[in-house]
Amino acid sequence: MIWSWLWMYLKVFLVGGAICCIGELLCLLTKLTPARILVIFILAGVVLSAVGLYAPLVEFAGAGATVPLTGFGHSLSQGVIHAVQEKGWLGAFTGGLTATAGGIAAAVFFGTLVAFICKPKAK
Amino acid sequence: MNRKGEKTVNRQRIHTDPQHYNYLTEKLSPPSKLGSGLLRAFWVGGLICVLGQAIADAGVAFLKLSTTDGYSLAAIVLVFLTALLTGIGVFDKIGKYAGAGSFVPISGFANAMVSPALEFRREGLVLGLGAKLFTIAGPVLVYGIGASVLVGLIYAILFH
Repeated sequence: MIWSWLWMYLKVFLVGGAICCIGELLCLLTKLTPARILVIFILAGVVLSAVGLYAPLVEFAGAGATVPLTGFGHSLSQGVIHAVQEKGWLGAFTGGLTATAGGIAAAVFFGTLVAFICKPKAK
Repeated sequence: MNRKGEKTVNRQRIHTDPQHYNYLTEKLSPPSKLGSGLLRAFWVGGLICVLGQAIADAGVAFLKLSTTDGYSLAAIVLVFLTALLTGIGVFDKIGKYAGAGSFVPISGFANAMVSPALEFRREGLVLGLGAKLFTIAGPVLVYGIGASVLVGLIYAILFH
């Protein structure tokens, strides 16, 4: 019981860390800006998930695969595919945002709240 | 060629010998920046994911959520924590230390929204705070959502 639990968290740590390392490699070797790397990661997540390669990684590593931005792309893809199965082509437009609504709405809400309350730090 | 000269810092030769200059810059720059950068990105990024897994597990255990909803909860809580840490100026320090370890996880998405919004608030609540919230998040959402719609349409054509 405790060993399977520890093994799960070890997998989360290793896979999550490895995905971040790919980002760091891109950052150090290619001089891409973080914004470009984030766009590359979300596109990679959408594409890998659409061809069925990302779901096994989520099965294997849980949050290690869903917390990085590739996981955000995976949610978009899976949401769209499920919605298309349910209601046809209309789902292509509704599924992605439905599946990721929690994270996006939280980011907008908490982002606005914090930017409203806190004072910018002097650089 | 004096071999001894290659191994010592000869300031005069910097001006006359470009190869010596290259040798010096290589020698004087911090050792294995790549390795230590990767290590820092690895452990901080891994730890953020572990925190996310703990939140998801807690949601499944205590709030009776489905696994998918558990991961949504993890994203929401991580976004909240990042926004808070960005607001009090702590996340910038984590970002400087961890590089991609802090901006590849969903925390980076939240930080990329709060940071410019906070900085440009003085330009007004609509075109300052409201618009700058999406300086980096905007492109991410544009390409992410755009690609997912494309995936959905292809899927609809192929399988329906």
